Amino acid sequence: MDHFQEENFSKKLNFGLWGSLLRYAENAKKECVLLTLLNLVYSGISALLPLAIGYAIDTFVVARDMTTFIPFVILLIIWVALSGYLTYKFIDFASIIEVNIVHDMRKAGFVNLQKLSFSYFDTTPVGWILSRMAADIQRVGDVIAWSLLDMSFMAFEIIFFSAAMILLNWRLALVTLAVLPFVVIISFYFQKKILKNQREVRKFNSRITGAYNEGITGARTTKTLVREAKNFEEFGELSEGMRKASIVSATLSAVYMPIIVMLGSITVAATIYFGSGGVMSGLITFGTLTAFINYIMRMFEPIQQVARVLSEMQSAQAAGERTISLINTKPDILESDEVLAIYGDSLNPKQENWEPIHGDIEFKNVTFAYKTGEKILENFNLTIEKGQNIALVGATGAGKSTIVNLICRFYEPTEGEILIDGVDYRQRSQAWLHANLGYVLQTPHLFSGSVMENIRYGLLEATDDEVIEAAKAVGAYDFIINMSKGFDTDVGEGGNRLSVGEKQLVSFARAILRKPALFVLDEATSSIDTETELGIQKAIEKILKGRTSFLIAHRLSTIKSCDKILVIEGGEIVEVGNHKELIKKKGRYFNLYTNQFIEENEKKILG
Amino acid sequence: MFRKFLKLIKPEKKKFIASIIAALLAACFVLMAPLVIKFILDYVLPGVPADDGIFLSIANALGGIEFLRQNIWICAVAIIFIALGQASCAFLRGRFAAIGAENISRAQKDMLYNHMQKLPYDYHVKAKTGDIIQRCTTDVETVRRFIATQFMEIFRIAFAAVIAFGLMLTFHVGLAFVSVMFVPVIFYSAYKFSGVISSSWQEVEHKEGELSTVMQENFTGVRVVRAFGREEFELNKFDVRNKDFKDLTYKHLIYIARFWGVSDFLCFLQIAAVLCVSVYFAYNGAITLGTVVVFMSYVNNLVWPLRQLARIVSDMNKMDVSMNRINEIMFTPAEESGEGATTPDLKGDIVFRNVDFAYEKAKPILNSISFTVKKGEKIAVLGSTGSGKSSLMHLLLRLYDYEKGSITLNGNELRRIDKSYLRKKVGIVLQDTFLYSKSIMENIKMAKDVVEDSEVYDAAKVANIHSDIENFKDGYKTMVGERGVTLSGGQKQRVAIARTLVKNSDILIFDDSLSAVDTETDALIQAELKKKGEGVTTFIISQRITTLMGADKILVMEGGKITDAGTHDELISREGLYYKIWNIQNDLEEEFEREG
Repeated sequence: MDHFQEENFSKKLNFGLWGSLLRYAENAKKECVLLTLLNLVYSGISALLPLAIGYAIDTFVVARDMTTFIPFVILLIIWVALSGYLTYKFIDFASIIEVNIVHDMRKAGFVNLQKLSFSYFDTTPVGWILSRMAADIQRVGDVIAWSLLDMSFMAFEIIFFSAAMILLNWRLALVTLAVLPFVVIISFYFQKKILKNQREVRKFNSRITGAYNEGITGARTTKTLVREAKNFEEFGELSEGMRKASIVSATLSAVYMPIIVMLGSITVAATIYFGSGGVMSGLITFGTLTAFINYIMRMFEPIQQVARVLSEMQSAQAAGERTISLINTKPDILESDEVLAIYGDSLNPKQENWEPIHGDIEFKNVTFAYKTGEKILENFNLTIEKGQNIALVGATGAGKSTIVNLICRFYEPTEGEILIDGVDYRQRSQAWLHANLGYVLQTPHLFSGSVMENIRYGLLEATDDEVIEAAKAVGAYDFIINMSKGFDTDVGEGGNRLSVGEKQLVSFARAILRKPALFVLDEATSSIDTETELGIQKAIEKILKGRTSFLIAHRLSTIKSCDKILVIEGGEIVEVGNHKELIKKKGRYFNLYTNQFIEENEKKILG
Repeated sequence: MFRKFLKLIKPEKKKFIASIIAALLAACFVLMAPLVIKFILDYVLPGVPADDGIFLSIANALGGIEFLRQNIWICAVAIIFIALGQASCAFLRGRFAAIGAENISRAQKDMLYNHMQKLPYDYHVKAKTGDIIQRCTTDVETVRRFIATQFMEIFRIAFAAVIAFGLMLTFHVGLAFVSVMFVPVIFYSAYKFSGVISSSWQEVEHKEGELSTVMQENFTGVRVVRAFGREEFELNKFDVRNKDFKDLTYKHLIYIARFWGVSDFLCFLQIAAVLCVSVYFAYNGAITLGTVVVFMSYVNNLVWPLRQLARIVSDMNKMDVSMNRINEIMFTPAEESGEGATTPDLKGDIVFRNVDFAYEKAKPILNSISFTVKKGEKIAVLGSTGSGKSSLMHLLLRLYDYEKGSITLNGNELRRIDKSYLRKKVGIVLQDTFLYSKSIMENIKMAKDVVEDSEVYDAAKVANIHSDIENFKDGYKTMVGERGVTLSGGQKQRVAIARTLVKNSDILIFDDSLSAVDTETDALIQAELKKKGEGVTTFIISQRITTLMGADKILVMEGGKITDAGTHDELISREGLYYKIWNIQNDLEEEFEREG
């Protein structure tokens, strides 16, 4: 149930997980191999510079032998050019790996999300899914491309530096290598602490964001309650908490870096102390001593990086786990293999095998319960003939949408079956059913793009004329034509540039365009003003004729003309019949009707 | 830009000065270490007596070169002591800068929050929440990061560079200039590249926005996608964006690769140049071996930080943009009560005389409103959408101020009454109810400083929400909002009513605040209110006639004017708006009869 809750981070580093994440780098396999090789070469090359300095000092300065000076200069320039080029190539390869991982993981996630059932979307906030698809995947890609692979470079560097020192003078090398474990321990200790602290800071940060959000959206209420001072006081606690945590975090870094610097200097001092005798007696050259000092200065850097990368991986692990779980979640509604073989799935439909639909629907002993155990229907039976119009009325949350969701196969019955044209709908594919469905939602949802594109969503192969025809049929034509670019007008993100009423008209046209055998109208006309409403009312009546259709909570005039009215209360169908029959009963429908009659008429007068 | 910035950090002046001094000292220590190594390489190890002034005196102070040669540990300890100096200064620099930056950031957050609360009602009606939050969080963070890290980096790098160059000059002028030969190129290219990188980053962000729009629309519109069987279509749409984003990110990263490649090349070139030229000079005897080592260290202290500095400079305009966005909020004038605000006793008659009001000059909302309400009367207001009835109520709390005419409470002109005082005495339940993400108990208690639990229960009973709350698993401790239960619209309204009742106001206003409550419950609440609200002047706005009919006086508003007023009986005897609504009931009965 709480699969979208934040996991805690205290887990141990899970290399298996990172291994399986690395699979997503498959399309950049070549680059992964090349990058590792390049790391090997590059780290070897970078270990040469201190040696070169040592050589220059010993040969040119101490021994005063300039015979190899010109070749030395040329080699050095080649070295410089090679370093620049390898840096470029390193980033190039890592970039290719990063963008491929991110691209492929997003695609895998998106494909799976197209298949996941409604039960998933009902319990998972869109914001949660989005941050998995955006931030988490990006993070995983970053860590793999830049950290995990970067580590090979650092490891090689440590090996090469150590090897160079040992070859130069193994006794002196021991001094440096003796300090390394301390650097490792201290680095891991601090990196872990710093990361933990940063999480603390982030937590405060998100609470502060929440406080701002509430402060702004609730500002008017705050004014009427004169709560400003108290709210400010509470906010102060948060901002003070964040201040303290941030200072701790910065202080940790301010302690960590100097400690590493200190260790470096201690090593240099020790090297000079132990090396000076050798230098004085001529056993150790000046060049070797300077090379050592150089190596020491640079040796600590990769160690710090490894510590940073490992703790970063640990903190990014949760992101990796969440992403993998999103990609691997199995849908609740699965097609059987036979169905897939004949009808195909939603991403690869085999339309040539789809039967035409007639439009009879039958609920046969249907029981339905949500995963939470909440029972909505029990042993429910209902027969609907082709072309009948069914109205579902009742309070919000009574279960009207559940029945419609079952018909659309967004959910499947827990027991019993639903027959379409006499056949259990599980014996045909979801795509087949949905291809014959017209659906208009209470909160109309449009996609970025033009009005034309949005209406055409209903029937991709529709001509412009057909789209315009559909717009006319629902009375949307006039407002569309009056916009700056007519049918080419951009509706904005989620259709934001249109009013709710306009959005509803467009979504209505979209549904009509596909001339479906089954029609669902979910409180589709609630936000349209009375005048537009009258126009659309006629269109609805025209469209409903001859189509099996379901209307949820509608205007009385539409409900009255339906063949069957189902009154639903607490998940049960308490009254069934047509308008006249139900009014005579003077039961729940009668009450509902009376209240809605008054409300509708008040609205007509008061606007 | 700099003046703005200095003003911002002024309150923490001392911390930053301390931090800058520490940075200066740290730079000195950093540059001192190679000098010690030079001393060791040039004098101690070969046993050459020091010829240079400073080195000579140091050598003598420590007991002469020969003594040091025998006791090399003194040199080693010197290196450690210098490192200790550097480490402590670096720590102090970081610590002071962090405290200063965090203090400023906290103050900035607090100021924004407080100011935001004090911005006028009208500002919040029009506010774009997302944008403001962005300014309060992301922009504040950009400024904080600049102060905490980049700002101090500028000093550290500048000190290190200037002192290093100065010392280089004392050793060998020619070599010193060789050492900075490529620095202008390094700086210029880093600066230029940073510009290109940040503009290509903007493109990436833009594409990311497009990609996330496609995803978001797909996820929120999952019903539409499925119902229309458009999974394949959606996947194709997503593929295009995903590919675009990938390509553009790669393009961006290639810019970064070029930047690092080119600048690594230039920096190494500078280092190589110093190496070659310095060993050549050393071969000539112009400089010593130790000086070669010193130059090699210093050039490292020059090139890498300067490359960094160029990026900081290039990024500085980001901070400026953020500062401006924050200031835009801060400079929006806050609400004020006006001079000489009074806190009189408000229990008495309310008199409106020819009151005019408009949000925008050209569009009058209220037009010459006049009426009188006696203390303790119940007044109902009926009107169509946009008739001005909510605005009329907002005036009573000075959420907006009227332009013409006069409103008096107990004989006191409203405009002169202190806003906070007034709002404590006048309780309103707003049309769109807002509950805080706290427990129900805390939400109700919010209305007053000190509230007893029993007062909360009483108010909740009057608002007919007590039993609902008791039925929640956690009762009154149930959390509201994201972290807790989702209340229905009607429940929210009733909690809001209870909250307002707790205030014990002199004047109570219900601004269409029972719209989501069913008729029966509405009636129960009205009855309770009548019992409890003795002596409290009450305004009720509603579109439901059953809610209004019991009032002492009913005002009918149309187009910003009061078109009719009177008791229920008076109003139904005239064929106006009120009568029309009253008559709906009859229409319904007629319909039933007609249809048989």
